[in-house]
Amino acid sequence: MLALFEQRRDLVFITADLGYMALERIRDTYGERFVNAGVAEQNAVSLAAGLARAGQLPWVYSMAVFTVLRPYEQIRTDVCLHRLPVKLVGNGGGYGYGIMGATHHALEDVGAMRVLPNLRIYVPLTASDVAAVVFEMAADPLPNYLRLNAPAAIPGGVPPFAPWRKLKRGRSSVVIGMGPVLQGLYDMGSQDLLDELEIWSAGVFPLAELPAELATSIREKRRVVVIEEHYAACGLADALSHRLLTSGTIPGSLTCLNAAGYPSGRYGSQAFHQRENGLSGPTLVSRLEAVLRA
Amino acid sequence: MLEERAFSIKKRFLAMYKRANAGHIGSSLSCAEILTFLRVGWMRDGDTLVLSKGHAAAALYALLAELGQLTEAELDSFCQDGTRLSALPPFNAIEQIPFATGSLGHGLSVSAGMALGAKLDRHDRRFFCVTSDGELDEGSVWEAALFIAHRKLENLVWVIDRNRIQGIGRTEEVMALEPLDAKLRAFGYHVVVADGHDFPGLLAAREECRRALDSGGAPIAIIANTFKGNGVSYMRDTVDSHYLPMSDEGYARAIDEVTRAHAAALNGYRNAG
Repeated sequence: MLALFEQRRDLVFITADLGYMALERIRDTYGERFVNAGVAEQNAVSLAAGLARAGQLPWVYSMAVFTVLRPYEQIRTDVCLHRLPVKLVGNGGGYGYGIMGATHHALEDVGAMRVLPNLRIYVPLTASDVAAVVFEMAADPLPNYLRLNAPAAIPGGVPPFAPWRKLKRGRSSVVIGMGPVLQGLYDMGSQDLLDELEIWSAGVFPLAELPAELATSIREKRRVVVIEEHYAACGLADALSHRLLTSGTIPGSLTCLNAAGYPSGRYGSQAFHQRENGLSGPTLVSRLEAVLRA
Repeated sequence: MLEERAFSIKKRFLAMYKRANAGHIGSSLSCAEILTFLRVGWMRDGDTLVLSKGHAAAALYALLAELGQLTEAELDSFCQDGTRLSALPPFNAIEQIPFATGSLGHGLSVSAGMALGAKLDRHDRRFFCVTSDGELDEGSVWEAALFIAHRKLENLVWVIDRNRIQGIGRTEEVMALEPLDAKLRAFGYHVVVADGHDFPGLLAAREECRRALDSGGAPIAIIANTFKGNGVSYMRDTVDSHYLPMSDEGYARAIDEVTRAHAAALNGYRNAG
């Protein structure tokens, strides 16, 4: 955002009173174009719509759950229907706020945003993705939602941000994931299992057409696994299923690894919730092994 | 002259409502003078009007037609299949309507955003937002009210159409707003109270607002005391006038009474000098 400010002086950065030890440099750099709108997300979003109507490029920052759900009707009506270039940033998508608990998690943010008109959603994977996505969003005339999370550190690096990216080759199955939850695949501790998986990252909604290479892999390998730190409804698996069916790319099996919520009723770090939901750790290993056996 | 304009606007939207067999007539009669006063008696070119109480869209459309910004043929399409003129204002369809409104509690915030945007660009454009009073039940209105006062957005004038009737009851029975002027003052506003149907009173309010703005320090809120369905005896101060369309006889009565009231007003101005 600091680099972007060097290029574009129509930026207005609105925070809903979040960003301690995070936004200070933006505040100091943006000056009067940094607006703390208080803990008032509904006003913040409509305010941003008004700013956009006045020719500004407003960004609205809060926790993902409060960016998306608290002002949802304002997003629908004031931003999306009017096709105004308001850039909504939600930090801590999924279980990102960990031990803060269920009120601060966002397991339905992508789904909620996917059904809105004219809105494009960005889900970066790595730290370098975030910078690229910010510039892409600034150039996008549509409303956007950016789902932020602690970035993944994928061994060997990843290609530059794109709607579809192939992260690695694999022998027998195709895994498609959204955001840093993909890290769990690399941390399973089983190289043999990892070698079986061809891994792809989906980073933009609405999903772009499947790349020819991905469609070919799905037809050849037959097994598809979707992994996302999001409820099953309206997430990546739903969107991908539609893409697969409408493109005639029919896998032999489709396994969806989603967040189920709070199966034990216990709370913990983001890593705890990922493990408990089978998005990392031993349960992920056993679920993938089951896919390979089938 | 404001009175002539308002009379013409009322005749236009009464005809529109009759043709469409549509409701919200009382809402438009409540704010007809306010909209006329703001657009004709206060605003300059480049200023923006936001009718947050979008259910009075017919009054806004009639105002735009009065100013030559909508055609008579388009007015005739009000609430018909295929029209741009829906019962509440459309999005991205009419240049003078920056936002689709009527989802209550949005208009003040989007107005604040436009006002802040103009200030950041050092433009001297001004923004006038008309909310209803029942709309003040929405929490987002008070989020916006806090923000506007905190940022001292003096290029935004907030007018509250205070007709004391909301969806299915009187405001003070459904969700008491009084003392509204004290509430707004406590929020940091310079509050002006006026008769929202009386042009001399509204013009005096404008002058008080100008004086307050010259002395600086506080944004402006005008509480315009009005009656829902004003000017038509069987609609005046009734919940029914929010919902019910007019019969042929009711329409004839409405036109007759609005015409008589207009003549009386003109006579009053003549006698006043």
